[in-house]
Amino acid sequence: MPLSGSKQRISGHSRKAQYSAFTGYVLIVLAVLVGIALLVVSLVQPASFNGLRGLFSDATAPVAQANAAGRTGGRNFLDTVEGYFEAGQQNAELKKEVEIARIRLAEARAVEEENRRLKALLGLGETEVDPVAVARLVGSSSASTRRFAYLGAGRSDGVKPGMPVRSERGIVGRVLESARHSSRVLLITDSESVLPVRRAGDNTVAFAEGRGDGLINIRLINLGINPLKRGDVFVTSGAGGLYRPGIAVAIVTRLTDDGAVARIISNPAATDFVAVEPIWQPDARRGANTPIEEAIGSNETIVGDGAADAAEAGGEPDAQ
Amino acid sequence: MIERRGFTNRRDSSGRRQINRDHSPFLLVFIPWATIMLASYLQSVPIAVTGPLLPPIGFLFMLAWRLLRPGVLPIWSGLIFGVWDDLFSGQPFGSAILLFSAAMLAIEIIDIRFPWRGFAQDWMIAASIAVIYILVATLVSGSRLSLPLFASIVPQLLLSVVAYPFISFIVSRLDKLRLMRLRTIS
Repeated sequence: MPLSGSKQRISGHSRKAQYSAFTGYVLIVLAVLVGIALLVVSLVQPASFNGLRGLFSDATAPVAQANAAGRTGGRNFLDTVEGYFEAGQQNAELKKEVEIARIRLAEARAVEEENRRLKALLGLGETEVDPVAVARLVGSSSASTRRFAYLGAGRSDGVKPGMPVRSERGIVGRVLESARHSSRVLLITDSESVLPVRRAGDNTVAFAEGRGDGLINIRLINLGINPLKRGDVFVTSGAGGLYRPGIAVAIVTRLTDDGAVARIISNPAATDFVAVEPIWQPDARRGANTPIEEAIGSNETIVGDGAADAAEAGGEPDAQ
Repeated sequence: MIERRGFTNRRDSSGRRQINRDHSPFLLVFIPWATIMLASYLQSVPIAVTGPLLPPIGFLFMLAWRLLRPGVLPIWSGLIFGVWDDLFSGQPFGSAILLFSAAMLAIEIIDIRFPWRGFAQDWMIAASIAVIYILVATLVSGSRLSLPLFASIVPQLLLSVVAYPFISFIVSRLDKLRLMRLRTIS
């Protein structure tokens, strides 16, 4: 009988060897049962082991930060080398582009001027918000079918669960759990992530659901003739109160019966730093989480424009 | 599996036995445990957006150590490696505890039934266990199961099968390091 683990692999008549082999078998069968039990607990109540996970992701945060810095450095180096090979052709192209860009810049100045005038007319302020924290994405669940990323900022930087995470190009995901110095981010490509969006330019509203394979399903809310085209850009609509409206999310690549398949605009692998923004309308979140009886029974009124939208959208589905 | 007894008295793969040179008891245990745990941690380092990119390297390292050096890992070690892997893998807690332990148990049963094996058989065993591991891990991951999701794990499946020989090569080199003879005082 093979006895993995004991120094002597043939138990023979040794009582001690026989007992230790038997104990090993008992332990491993117990481990399988414990595994099943823990799995059921964490599928039913996903937040059960957040503390433990957070503890270890905090412990490895310094190493992860160094890794992330190295990754960025490596990518920059490769870009530089690549740049040398394409220098001549690129030079010619860039000259042409600069010409066009100068013209566009002049146009943009005019538009900016007009924008300011119109905004002043409407009495709107600038909508930019200060990020809660700016940090590196230090890792991701790259061997699992879930799409999580790990962020190098946590509770000590003010990061709280639910806060949207964005890069300079667009939405990356939202914070799922935050430990002291690190946090876990649910990427928008995860199959449990649902994001209320609208088409840039008009108000075709839809949900952007991750597929788990890097693409996003755009599901239109108003069914009928599919108005989408390839190349349509979707931005956050602000419904649900979590994400500020107008941040780029995805670009349509293929049409389906009830919407489209889209590619994400902000690829977290290509970004260096990401910003964690405060929840856009905390009141709307609270409104969506408050049971209706409680809301009626209490004197507290829920203010904020997003409240009605949140109720309509059914809030953000809770992912683990 | 039948092995020579008292092998430390003779010449073995890690060199001729000399007076006051012996295996380090620390390295004998530390190297396999450390490499498996390091591999489990490393799979959280790259940023993968499009889908599972890496094979489950922590799991493959455990398979390789267990198949190449049957006496090194105790059978209950699946539990410890599973807990560790669950902390970094992004899977719901408990999935690696279950799968790592079940894999250790499965290999133990295979060891009893087929004691004499070559590398090709080991590879086949590792490949089938890894494929089952990835499929079950996908089923219990808590994600919405759909066709695109299953399509996205195909590259990972193929990579895991191809990666096993490389990983077992690394493990065999590490095993030489593990069995290195160092100066002893006694």
